[in-house]
Amino acid sequence: MVVAASETTEVVLESGWFLENAWLIPVVPAVAFVLIIFFGKRMPRKGAEFGIASMVGALVLSAMAGMQWIGRVNAVSEYTHVPPVVRTWTWWQNGGVHFGIGQHVDGLSVVVLLVVAFISTLVQIYSVEYLHGDRRYTHFFGALTLFSAGMLNMVVAENMIQLILGWEIMGLCSFLLIGHWWEDSANSRAALKAFFTTRTGDVGLLAGTSLLFFAANDWTQKTLGVSGFSIRGLSAWALSGEGSTTAITVGAIALFIACIGKSGQFPLHTWLPDAMAGPTPVSSLLHSSTMVVAGVFLVARLYPVFFEGMDIYGSGLNLIVLIGGVTIIIAAALAFVQDDIKKVLAYSTVSQLGYMMMGLGAGAWLPAVFHIFTHAFFKACLFLGAGSISHSASHHSFDMKKDMGGLRKHMPVTFATWVVSTLALMGVFPFSGFFSKDEIIDNVGHAGYTAFMWVGLTGAFMTAAYMTRATYLTFFGEPRGAAAGVHHGDHHGDHHGDAGHGPRESGPLITIPLVILATLAIGSGLLNAVPFGHSWENFKKWVEPRAEVVSATGIASVVGGPGESRLAAGGEEGKEGKHSSPCGSEKPEGGVCPAPYVKHAEFKWSKAAVSLVLVFAGMIASWFLCVQLYGRRAGPLVGLTSRNGAARAGHRFLVNKYYLDHVYENVIVRTLAGPVARAAYWFNQRVIDAAVNGVGTTAKRIAGWVYKNIDQRLVDGAVNASGAGAQGAGRALQPVQSGKVSQYGALLFGAAAVGGLVLVIINT
Amino acid sequence: MLLNQFLFLSAILFCIGVYGVIARKNAVLVLMSIELILNSVNINLLAFAMRNGNADGHTFALYVIAVAAAEVGVGLAMVLLMYRNRRSIALDELSEMRG
Repeated sequence: MVVAASETTEVVLESGWFLENAWLIPVVPAVAFVLIIFFGKRMPRKGAEFGIASMVGALVLSAMAGMQWIGRVNAVSEYTHVPPVVRTWTWWQNGGVHFGIGQHVDGLSVVVLLVVAFISTLVQIYSVEYLHGDRRYTHFFGALTLFSAGMLNMVVAENMIQLILGWEIMGLCSFLLIGHWWEDSANSRAALKAFFTTRTGDVGLLAGTSLLFFAANDWTQKTLGVSGFSIRGLSAWALSGEGSTTAITVGAIALFIACIGKSGQFPLHTWLPDAMAGPTPVSSLLHSSTMVVAGVFLVARLYPVFFEGMDIYGSGLNLIVLIGGVTIIIAAALAFVQDDIKKVLAYSTVSQLGYMMMGLGAGAWLPAVFHIFTHAFFKACLFLGAGSISHSASHHSFDMKKDMGGLRKHMPVTFATWVVSTLALMGVFPFSGFFSKDEIIDNVGHAGYTAFMWVGLTGAFMTAAYMTRATYLTFFGEPRGAAAGVHHGDHHGDHHGDAGHGPRESGPLITIPLVILATLAIGSGLLNAVPFGHSWENFKKWVEPRAEVVSATGIASVVGGPGESRLAAGGEEGKEGKHSSPCGSEKPEGGVCPAPYVKHAEFKWSKAAVSLVLVFAGMIASWFLCVQLYGRRAGPLVGLTSRNGAARAGHRFLVNKYYLDHVYENVIVRTLAGPVARAAYWFNQRVIDAAVNGVGTTAKRIAGWVYKNIDQRLVDGAVNASGAGAQGAGRALQPVQSGKVSQYGALLFGAAAVGGLVLVIINT
Repeated sequence: MLLNQFLFLSAILFCIGVYGVIARKNAVLVLMSIELILNSVNINLLAFAMRNGNADGHTFALYVIAVAAAEVGVGLAMVLLMYRNRRSIALDELSEMRG
């Protein structure tokens, strides 16, 4: 036990204009979106200037907010909770429930804001050249800007409703952007698939949000005075130990289903590789570093709910870690059989998202978030590199086997940045991926999930192998197809046509973003370089929420409210030596917990060496295999898949993506539709029809009797009488139907007057 | 009291409206008379809402205004059609619906 809430020390926290007005960050691109839609076509640069200006604006705002956050964190000791900067306004109210909108800015938000704004800026600059002359150029920038606005809004969201808003904007924009060239039916199919698959998961988001609201609202209103949608309220409620365990568990599972859909986790990952049908900048922005990170971000954001709901430190297996682990392996295996360079990267993304999920599932919160950060840079660089190749060298083809090869001489900048990012992705020391991925693997093992540590290591081996294969096919060996200057007939009508060139380096608008991203792919890992000692762990210091028991005002601090810039903090006991906190493991006494206490593994070179050895083994094995397979005309391994039965079966299994699409479209839809239809038919024939027939014969007998006695005598008599009455009345009233409107009006008002008189008489 | 004057105004408007609906031949004038009736109702609603000190009457009057706008839209469209087909908007010439 650490905290005695009675000894209240007041810590003055720094804040600043940019932190308190971080809600402006999503507003800037949202405004730009409106400007692009209404005025974009009339502008000299067709709307691109609005998009880029807004992204630069958002980037500056995020960077300033980040600096002020660092200042805020540095002002207090290492184990003191730093309250997020929260602002809320009432969005609308209904039945006494206030739906707020506002901002909740803490370390996690600041990091993701920065990453999203940065990558969006570079991608927009890159798109200026990449989509130059496209027929829906303005709309493209509009959708791209709105997409960024959605993501930024989700990141600063103060409550779940606002988060869902951003989440759905992203879903819509991904549909628009993937289907940008919708004239091609494959593209519009991919867009629909992405939309529907993520929508399938979104059902879980709505269900989980409402479930948690009803479970938590009373507690949060009473204790913190905030609604059951607010993120800080839900987090404190989950850790208070006073909520229903079932509600937390079911809520966490429902929310995690949404994350599976959005973050392309197994078994809903199938939309992500198809989504590569969109333009390459879209792949880079949506499907490597921002949109798919939304699911991971949600888990990190509401981590206390998942921590308690999945019982992360309490058991050796939970849903998140299992899904993450399975995703790493199956996606990495699929990356081996892709010929399309973007699909290799897509599966690699799925696999890396698996790492993030696995880390979060095993309590490695910080390494997972750090992996979001580093992965964004090197994966965006790889995607943009693939785009650069297709743009300038391979004649708009992404087929590595047909149209690439030997490009390293023609595209030195693209090649260098590609290699740097690939090494970062593999996790080679000292590139950034090493510091994040290795930490995830290490911490997963440290938290007791030993089997999943080996899954992570296997994944590292496979990553190294498939990336080596992709690099070999693209940049080494003999130039093939378009890379050798061959023009084949399938020139895409939508791509603008500077045809008739051999491979060459891309222009500066493409290479400059590549170089910037590659620099970050090397350098960003140093922000949390655990191997170099405690003083290098800046990312941890700035981003990780401190698990300290604080008073209710400390957690619910609102700008301008009672909790602002001061904090009723607990003791200083945590300062020396081993720190521990009751948050997440036991009930906090006399306060609330903002975050669960997570353990950190001790870094050891012996452990890192295992993964480094595996990575190099993967590289070397894959290199030799590639030389054997692709470098020679004939060899023992060439054409193995067509000669050896087992290899062929395995290859077919992978090429068909484990038959998952097949399963979804044919098996699930048909088996559900088939037997259900058959069962319904059987039920219809045997049960309902039998009942109907039985009822029918009985009814017939009764009916005979009724007909004779009741119908003929009683009813017919009555009917005839009423018919005669109606006829007579009709004849009498016929003159009233004069067809004259004014006469109808007079009758109406006359009747109303009579009715009014009757009312007056009755009431007096 | 103030309420009486409002009700008096409303009653006068109502009567003018009823007179217009029953006695005028011109379809546009009939529509305008209907508007008068609806507005007299609105005045009633507002008068009582002010007296009772709650906003229900105001809200309802807003609904009435919205419905009246829709009604005039449909009504004018019918008048226009009528004019196109018959070159006249006199209501007393219309009696095809006679029973």
